[in-house]
Amino acid sequence: MSSVAGKTPNIDFDRRNLDWYIDKLVQFLVFIGGISAIVFVIGIFIFITIEGFGFLLEGFSFKEFFLSPYWEPSDEDAPEFGILALVAGTASVTGLAMLVAIPFSLGAAIYVGEFATGKTREYLKILVELLAAIPSVVWGFIGLSIMNPLIIDLFDVPVGLNVLNAGVILGLMAAPIMTSIAEDALKAVPDRYREAAEALGATRWQVIFKTVIPAAKNGLLGAVLLGVGRGFGETMAVLMATGHAVNIPGSVFDSVRALTATIAAELGETAVGSEHYQALFTIGIFLFLITFVINLTADLIVRGIRKQ
Amino acid sequence: MNLKQFVMILVTVSAACGVNAADRTVIQNKGSDTLVNVAQAWAEKYRDVDASVAVAVSGGGSGTGIAAMINGTVDIANASRKMKKKELKNAKKKGQNPMEHVVGYDALAVFINSANPANQLSFNQLKDIYIRDGKATKWSDLGLKVPGCGSDKIVVVSRQNNSGTYAYFKKAVLGKRGKFRQGTLDMHGSKDVVDLVEKTPCAIGYSGLAYATDHIKMACISKEDGGDCVNPSVKTASDRSYPVARPLFMYTNGEPQGAIKKYMDWIKSDAGQCILSDKGYAPMRDVSCK
Repeated sequence: MSSVAGKTPNIDFDRRNLDWYIDKLVQFLVFIGGISAIVFVIGIFIFITIEGFGFLLEGFSFKEFFLSPYWEPSDEDAPEFGILALVAGTASVTGLAMLVAIPFSLGAAIYVGEFATGKTREYLKILVELLAAIPSVVWGFIGLSIMNPLIIDLFDVPVGLNVLNAGVILGLMAAPIMTSIAEDALKAVPDRYREAAEALGATRWQVIFKTVIPAAKNGLLGAVLLGVGRGFGETMAVLMATGHAVNIPGSVFDSVRALTATIAAELGETAVGSEHYQALFTIGIFLFLITFVINLTADLIVRGIRKQ
Repeated sequence: MNLKQFVMILVTVSAACGVNAADRTVIQNKGSDTLVNVAQAWAEKYRDVDASVAVAVSGGGSGTGIAAMINGTVDIANASRKMKKKELKNAKKKGQNPMEHVVGYDALAVFINSANPANQLSFNQLKDIYIRDGKATKWSDLGLKVPGCGSDKIVVVSRQNNSGTYAYFKKAVLGKRGKFRQGTLDMHGSKDVVDLVEKTPCAIGYSGLAYATDHIKMACISKEDGGDCVNPSVKTASDRSYPVARPLFMYTNGEPQGAIKKYMDWIKSDAGQCILSDKGYAPMRDVSCK
């Protein structure tokens, strides 16, 4: 405000005309949009908890649920609700996926962020994002009809629907998002770090390996964690490529079954409100908690570096 | 449910909601995916028999159909398994009185890859392959050498645990208390089982006879080791000599009356049974079809 007093134009700041109302309305709508994500997340959590609650109270045994490898919930006399084998399935596929995705996405991020320039860089970024746009059922189809016979031929194993197949597919699916986040992390490293290193006579590779990557390591870790979250939550591709067998894998050539795939395959034909139905929702709660913790950790780590 | 079935349902439903809906009786028919093809064919042919009745057919599984019967939202429920005691009790509680009609039989064939030299499998052998911690994990355990199956491992293919086929096979082969082996590949449909076994030399699987193709082999099943075996076919299922054949049910609420009675009678007549047989299922008695 200027100190020239007495010259304030005579404008009625409190006019409540149409523009004022539109302004308020838009503010309100944007606010609703802003908090809707929170409302939905809480709503979904409440919903799955209510659906699974009956089982948690009655049929649920902590020891059986987490430590038994037998999942036979539809048996009339003695149903079994053990998710150990399903957890092992999800974990093994996600683990292998990370082994595939980390070198790919880190390499891509370093190339796009540090080496590529101009048009090459732009095209590469678009292509990486295009890879993320492939629907998961298409990936599953690739696993089923291309990878399956390929794995059988290459390794002389009886079935190609196994940890290896799903791990490679899931790795390729997780790579794009990991690449974008890793590239952001590398970009966030200030140029003065690079300039200082170069001034000391470091080569290009030394600059990246000794300076940029250590400085960006939190962001890179965040990228990996987001990839893990993606792996835990992926359903369709995993359902199609794992072989869908309740099994604790002994090697990458064993068929397994994922937590998500179990829900997807069984929920549709299960009587609403039955013990089996509620047990599936209990798996849902478990999955929700795992992905929530993973994503939250990743987010906190990534935010951590932005503040520095 | 494939696109064709879906379109057929749409056609049936739209026919049911047609212009002269007022003077047309609509029979709601829902349930088993095993029966949906046949139910569809019946509904279509029945239009030529009695134009004043329209039958609306949908699938969704035996459980879905039975649940709809319990809730009183369908006239006829299709099921590839018997109603459970619990379901009957629930139905009585809601004032429904489900009445069971056997409308045909479905032979569950045991499929093996066409490269597999096995011709005959006994109940005991099947049990060793399928039951939890069973003895047979390699084809050589059964004295077989399967060309193209270098690892010798038996790839056991099964169905997802809420399908009627899964439940029937489990009871018939593994016994009342038996449970499936850990690590079976649980396919989501009968067709997926056939596809996988067709492509995998080491595999064995089971599904309705109607899903058999020319590129797959069906084992001849014997009750005793080394005993006489019976090949799965419409005929052996129909005369009950094939040991793994299950009845297919339709449930009505109480003794069927009026249009529903006429429809059920027609389904059980030669004309209705020939349509069933045409779709690869076994008629309830010997019928001669053109």
